[in-house]
Amino acid sequence: MGRLDTGRILATLAVIMFACLAYVPTIVREGDIVFALTDVYLYETMINGLLLGGVLALLSLGLNLIFGVIDVVWICYAEVVMLGMYAIFYCHTVFGLPLIPSMMIGIALTAVLGYAIHYLVIRHLVNAQPINQLLATGGLLFFFQSAATLAFGIEFRNLGVSLGSFALTQDIYVSWARLAAFATAAICVLGLYLFLTRSYTGTAIRAISQDREIMTLMGVQQGRMYLMTSAIGGGLAGLAACLLVLQYDVHPFVGLSFGPIAFMICVLGGLGNMVGGFIAAFIFSELIALGGYHFDIEWGYVFAFVFFIVMMFIRPEGLLGKRS
Amino acid sequence: MALAIAGVLVVAAIVGLPPYPLHIMIVILIWAFTYTGWSLMGRFGLVSLGHGAFMGIGAYVTALLWNYGGLTPWLGIPVALACAVLLAVVVGYPCFRFRITGHYFALVTLALSEVVRQTIIATRDHTGGSLGFTPTPKGNDDTPSIIALQFDEKETWFVIAIVVWLAGLAIWRLVDRSMIRYALDAISEDEDSAAAAGINVTREKLKITMISAVMTALGGALYMQYQLFISPDTVSGIAISLQIVFAVVTGGIFVQLGPTFGAVITLLLAEILRVQIGTDAVGLDNAIYGIALVLFIIFLPKGILGSLIDRFATRRG
Amino acid sequence: MLALSGVDAGYGSFQALFDCTLEVRTGEAVAVIGPNGAGKTTLMRVISGLIPARSGTMTMQDLDLVATPPHDIIRLGIAHVPENRRLFPRMTVEDNLRMGAYIPMARARFGERLEFVYDLFPRMRERRNQLAGTLSGGEQQMCAIGRALMSGPKLLLLDEPSAGLAPVVVERIFELIRVIRERDLTVLIVEQNVQQVLQVVDRAYVLEAGSIRMSGSARELSDNEEVRRLYMGL
Repeated sequence: MGRLDTGRILATLAVIMFACLAYVPTIVREGDIVFALTDVYLYETMINGLLLGGVLALLSLGLNLIFGVIDVVWICYAEVVMLGMYAIFYCHTVFGLPLIPSMMIGIALTAVLGYAIHYLVIRHLVNAQPINQLLATGGLLFFFQSAATLAFGIEFRNLGVSLGSFALTQDIYVSWARLAAFATAAICVLGLYLFLTRSYTGTAIRAISQDREIMTLMGVQQGRMYLMTSAIGGGLAGLAACLLVLQYDVHPFVGLSFGPIAFMICVLGGLGNMVGGFIAAFIFSELIALGGYHFDIEWGYVFAFVFFIVMMFIRPEGLLGKRS
Repeated sequence: MALAIAGVLVVAAIVGLPPYPLHIMIVILIWAFTYTGWSLMGRFGLVSLGHGAFMGIGAYVTALLWNYGGLTPWLGIPVALACAVLLAVVVGYPCFRFRITGHYFALVTLALSEVVRQTIIATRDHTGGSLGFTPTPKGNDDTPSIIALQFDEKETWFVIAIVVWLAGLAIWRLVDRSMIRYALDAISEDEDSAAAAGINVTREKLKITMISAVMTALGGALYMQYQLFISPDTVSGIAISLQIVFAVVTGGIFVQLGPTFGAVITLLLAEILRVQIGTDAVGLDNAIYGIALVLFIIFLPKGILGSLIDRFATRRG
Repeated sequence: MLALSGVDAGYGSFQALFDCTLEVRTGEAVAVIGPNGAGKTTLMRVISGLIPARSGTMTMQDLDLVATPPHDIIRLGIAHVPENRRLFPRMTVEDNLRMGAYIPMARARFGERLEFVYDLFPRMRERRNQLAGTLSGGEQQMCAIGRALMSGPKLLLLDEPSAGLAPVVVERIFELIRVIRERDLTVLIVEQNVQQVLQVVDRAYVLEAGSIRMSGSARELSDNEEVRRLYMGL
């Protein structure tokens, strides 16, 4: 399994995917046959898919970090994002704070929440069976969801802020919020990558994900490292919340709609592999966007999940992951 | 012990329970059967988050065949079970063949359960999508109850539920006492050693998955026939998959009556909170449930019944 | 420097060490030899705190080791080169060495230590940007020893440094241990390669079924009939 192999698989995948979803079908619209290659709406869909990929990438980033370092799946990760969205919503709409400080409060709160999740729950289960870790965070999922229902009700809330959109060409419109999400995601991936490869602490975080016990011999207090990772992961969830709240309504069950996809992006990219996660996010987002364009958005999700299942059989270690 | 409980319940039913407790018991028994089906896999470390898929197939295939094909559930349910088995094999075989275990298995099955849920929503022209689906009532064309498998009397359902539940426990016992149990125990301890000892890992895992899928799909079909209403969120998807897993873990994953116990506790808790607190505090039941679950995992990882039995055993031993 | 007295330890209900007493003096090199499963690795892990001692006392330069949390052991000057090397396979050689100098007092002198290790193992300088998992067995052992030296230890614990290496490479590793000794390091080494290890150490203990059976100078033990018969196949 060398680099070449990975590259080849990725290239093949990309070709198959776009061939199937974008170029093979010709589209009949209002009685005219439109060839896919000349269809501007298709391009718009693909650009939107690309931008959605940025959001998904950011969403899976913190999860990926936690998953890779602590080797625990936070089933409740998307619910942390949901709580972050509520925090921003309340700060901005109810308490009347400006948007940017509201977002900073949201990020701070989710970071604290991440810390608390590790300190109160995961810490006791680091060496437990994976099923128990999964279930405990699943319990948190139920708790966060219902706590949000109790506190905020089941109404859909909207921040009421629209960044509008701009025309890329005459026919293709792109929303600013999505572009901002994409840019932020790209910057965060880069930032996190630099942190993990260049800084002492970041290197230690990578090391601890490769061999927990040995880092103790190096004088690293594992527990403290995990707490820090959890807080960073929580903060990244808060950041994702900032971008999602600009585009989507908040309600207590919003996590269920993007939680599963975030896990799958992490696994598909190769656990703890930021770059792989980034690529996986774009594959998923294009599948969803194009599936939605040709059929229905739900079919887009179905394609994405089926694709994930099949890929697990072909490359269980993930696109860029390495077999351990 | 299970038989004794069943006996008491039957007597209680004959003496005549009001419809409300009867309803609660029927629901608990049907879920208990489904939970038992899941625990057959779960106890061997095959943590599936995909049972929502099997349940959804059981419910929807049966209902669709009835509504659109006029096929009686007596035939529709077997077809639905066959579909569930087929799905179990299509996903299970490569999973086991390529040694996908632990977190990865949980996530693949999670994806499966979302595939089914999204498919149900996407085919909304036939399934009603998120709004749910109601099987055609028997009254329309004077189809006898027995053909439509729809009964007005709760007592009938109660007997069906008890029979099915007992069958579930019997299957559990059969598995517990068969060779497959030793094989799967060995596999969950160390897959490579088990394979080296001559156990066909893929085949054994596939067998138990098929049994478990059939039971879950049957649970789904019965739930649909009893409630006469289903929606993607009540019989499929991640939420249902998690609900199944949680209840089993709460009750105890390694003991025969554990899943039943889990069903009793979780469903009663939800029901009591709903009745006591009502709509003022929508979600409180789940909040308590969630916290209780976290506490259980940390302090009672063997579940309530499992821990009680353990304590009892150590005191005697 | 290091003194153990009456140490018991084990995993769960299994006891692996019984009443172990041993001592390593400053500047010495001491070996612990014995058959497979005698508890040699457990002994090392108890010293570096990865397994708690159930009873007995352990001190490092008169500081209590038993009461020291595992991640603080290295601050007392003990660096452990674990069995099977346990490098971080998906990190570069230099990042591996960097992790060895994690504790603040070592981090402050990182550049100087890195030079020291690169001078000791020029091969590591050549391979500094290579992933540790792609190194050969002997190189990995060098990297593991280098990583331990990065913390500037007073006492180096070496657990089976020659395991799984080709005979020629084993020669090189023992040569390295001689070089390390010249740099005023105290060494405690666990080995199955009895004949060769007795040539580089001053004294040795024989560990059998979790108990210290014998001890003596390297010369005494190499001349001992039983040791020759059981561990050297002579």
